[in-house]
Amino acid sequence: MASVAIGSGEQYNYDIVRKFTIMALIWGAVGMLVGVTIASQLAWPFLNFDIPYITFGRLRPVHTGAVIFGFGGSALFATSYYIVQRTCQTRLISDGMASFTFWGWQAIIVLAALGDVMGYSQGREYAEMEWPIDLLIAVVWVTYAIIYIGTIMKRKEPHIYVANWFYLAFILATALLHIFNNLAIPVSLHKSYPLFAGAQDAMTQWWYGHNAVGFFLTAAFLGMMYYFVPKQAGRPIYSYRLSIVHFWALIFMYMWAGSHHLHWTAIPDWTSTLAATFSIMLLMPSWGGMINGILTMSGAWDKLRTDPVMRFLIVALSFYGMSTFEGPMMSLKDVNALSHYTDWTVGHVHSGALGWVAMISFGAIYHMVPRLWDTKMHSIKLMNVHFWLATIGTLMYITAMWISGIMQGLMWRAYDDFGNLQYSFAESVAAMHPYYAMRALGGAVFLTGMLVMLYNCFMTIRQAKSVPAGGLAASAA
Amino acid sequence: MDHGKIEKNLGLMLVLTMFAISIGGLVEIVPLFFIKGTVEDVRNAEGIKMVRPYSPLENRGRDIYVREGCYLCHSQMIRPFRDEAMRYGHYSLAAESQYDHPFQWGSKRTGPDLARVGKKYSNEWQVQHLIAPRSMVPESVMPNYPWLMQPLDTSDAADRMKALRITGVPYSINKAEYDNNVKEFGADVAKQLHIPDAQKNLIEQAQTGKYDGNAADVTEMDAMVAYLQVLGTMVDFSKLDSDNFVKFR
Repeated sequence: MASVAIGSGEQYNYDIVRKFTIMALIWGAVGMLVGVTIASQLAWPFLNFDIPYITFGRLRPVHTGAVIFGFGGSALFATSYYIVQRTCQTRLISDGMASFTFWGWQAIIVLAALGDVMGYSQGREYAEMEWPIDLLIAVVWVTYAIIYIGTIMKRKEPHIYVANWFYLAFILATALLHIFNNLAIPVSLHKSYPLFAGAQDAMTQWWYGHNAVGFFLTAAFLGMMYYFVPKQAGRPIYSYRLSIVHFWALIFMYMWAGSHHLHWTAIPDWTSTLAATFSIMLLMPSWGGMINGILTMSGAWDKLRTDPVMRFLIVALSFYGMSTFEGPMMSLKDVNALSHYTDWTVGHVHSGALGWVAMISFGAIYHMVPRLWDTKMHSIKLMNVHFWLATIGTLMYITAMWISGIMQGLMWRAYDDFGNLQYSFAESVAAMHPYYAMRALGGAVFLTGMLVMLYNCFMTIRQAKSVPAGGLAASAA
Repeated sequence: MDHGKIEKNLGLMLVLTMFAISIGGLVEIVPLFFIKGTVEDVRNAEGIKMVRPYSPLENRGRDIYVREGCYLCHSQMIRPFRDEAMRYGHYSLAAESQYDHPFQWGSKRTGPDLARVGKKYSNEWQVQHLIAPRSMVPESVMPNYPWLMQPLDTSDAADRMKALRITGVPYSINKAEYDNNVKEFGADVAKQLHIPDAQKNLIEQAQTGKYDGNAADVTEMDAMVAYLQVLGTMVDFSKLDSDNFVKFR
């Protein structure tokens, strides 16, 4: 009773932010654990144990669903609700609707994972969820959009802060992509056939797939960056003008780049040429964001020595810059001819996913947790331990995938002196083994860091609850 | 223009954002539904379409392929490179996946491409390889799929084809559609595409094809192997002028 009374008396609805923050931590640990599991299955296939529910093919969507939508999604809900209230200086328009997005979203992640292990799949990467879950996603997403837009409408500031532009674009784009990529004719509750076929279906799926990266995993996390980097550095954004230019350029260009996932396939050449062109141009707005974030630090670089949150944020931006250089390079048709279908792509995704998305989320969560529970972090030392585990784990992972990916690509196209193929496919598989083991180890190191964070945040929340310091702490008790 | 106007006006910002994110898809995807050459019309000398929809049994096999997430490790899209031609065969045509809901081109080759795996190995090899891949290919990292030997649920074969028919796959539900299929695909194929006979056709194909080595029962293995054995075999490139396809690229 008491907590409800005090909770609703808060200026902002932090309760919903706390809930999503906790779930981001939990889904992060779960999703990365599944990731390490499937990485290990590729190195040591006996780990599939002949059990249908945990074979690689069914667990892989569990991994991508839990980390992208569970961890990333919860982190985005948490930060967006936090940021929109603080930058608009107003409370979310509806606690009930916000609560619905929380329970709805968690139900989606659980149902999606259950569907995946049961083999209920649409056969579309990152959109494996069958149609009933897709409908639930649509309902939750519309509610989210209403809360977000409604809250901005109530703002006390005339200007809409830049972070909110990115979150708005993310909300709109995700709705657009989700709806068109999941058009399907149901057969039963757990089986449907997509409306489009072949080449058109491929184009639709990679328009979705690439922009899930572009908007869910990039634009939205840039919104996160635009709030937490200046806040943590205690300095204004380096360039307001740059943020305008790179925002519009980024959201416009991303949508053209999807078919670089389909180079040299049976789609018309002009589409993949257009996609490659826009992918190269995309380097500019991507680096615009990175430069704007990193230069916000000028004059505050000393914080990197003392502030672990700042370290997470800056390393995240560095990985963002690195992978948004690598991406356009891989979208060149000649590079893609080598890299496509290989582990290089997997490495590229993870330099973005671990190095950028996860790191910036860690920074943001470490920034928010003490404020949300009105206390101090349990251990600064453990934050630093996490930082190094995350950085080293990421580097091990992507290095392993660079080596195995390029090696695969070269082995597949190698000829002997007589003009025959030099290697059988099986030989290339055997050559991957050490790198698959190294990747699993890198992932395990990263996961260990995640568990350290989970423990550290758990202890922080517990200490906040045990020491009633008034205000927020009392409401949480 | 003063950007202040946009960032003070939420409605304007939403409209402009929606505009900015819509263009790319509109320009690149929508035309593919209207440009004729996107999917080649591949016919033999008699004017019969070479690429046909899957038989009821093959379609069930394809559903199992999707269920097990095979596409996460196997592509079905051969690129027009010399090494891929030597390893896998002729590069894939858009026509070859024109009835694929969803497309299964894949994005990763942890295992080899399967676009033309049909008829490359015997049924016995496929069955043994699916049950215990490392007994056939010691280097393989593929999971074992022993549960594919379980009986296949054939009851909804017709329902599945009905749903596909709504998406545009030419499965026939009445005489007129059937007759049209006879004209387009020939009489033998047209029979397989007739929805009212779906379950009967499915069981018949499984029992005569002996994909799992056993005529008596209909297993998921029957369906899976029937699907794998048809992959990439529909277009007979020896009967076609390959320069014909260049203009579509």
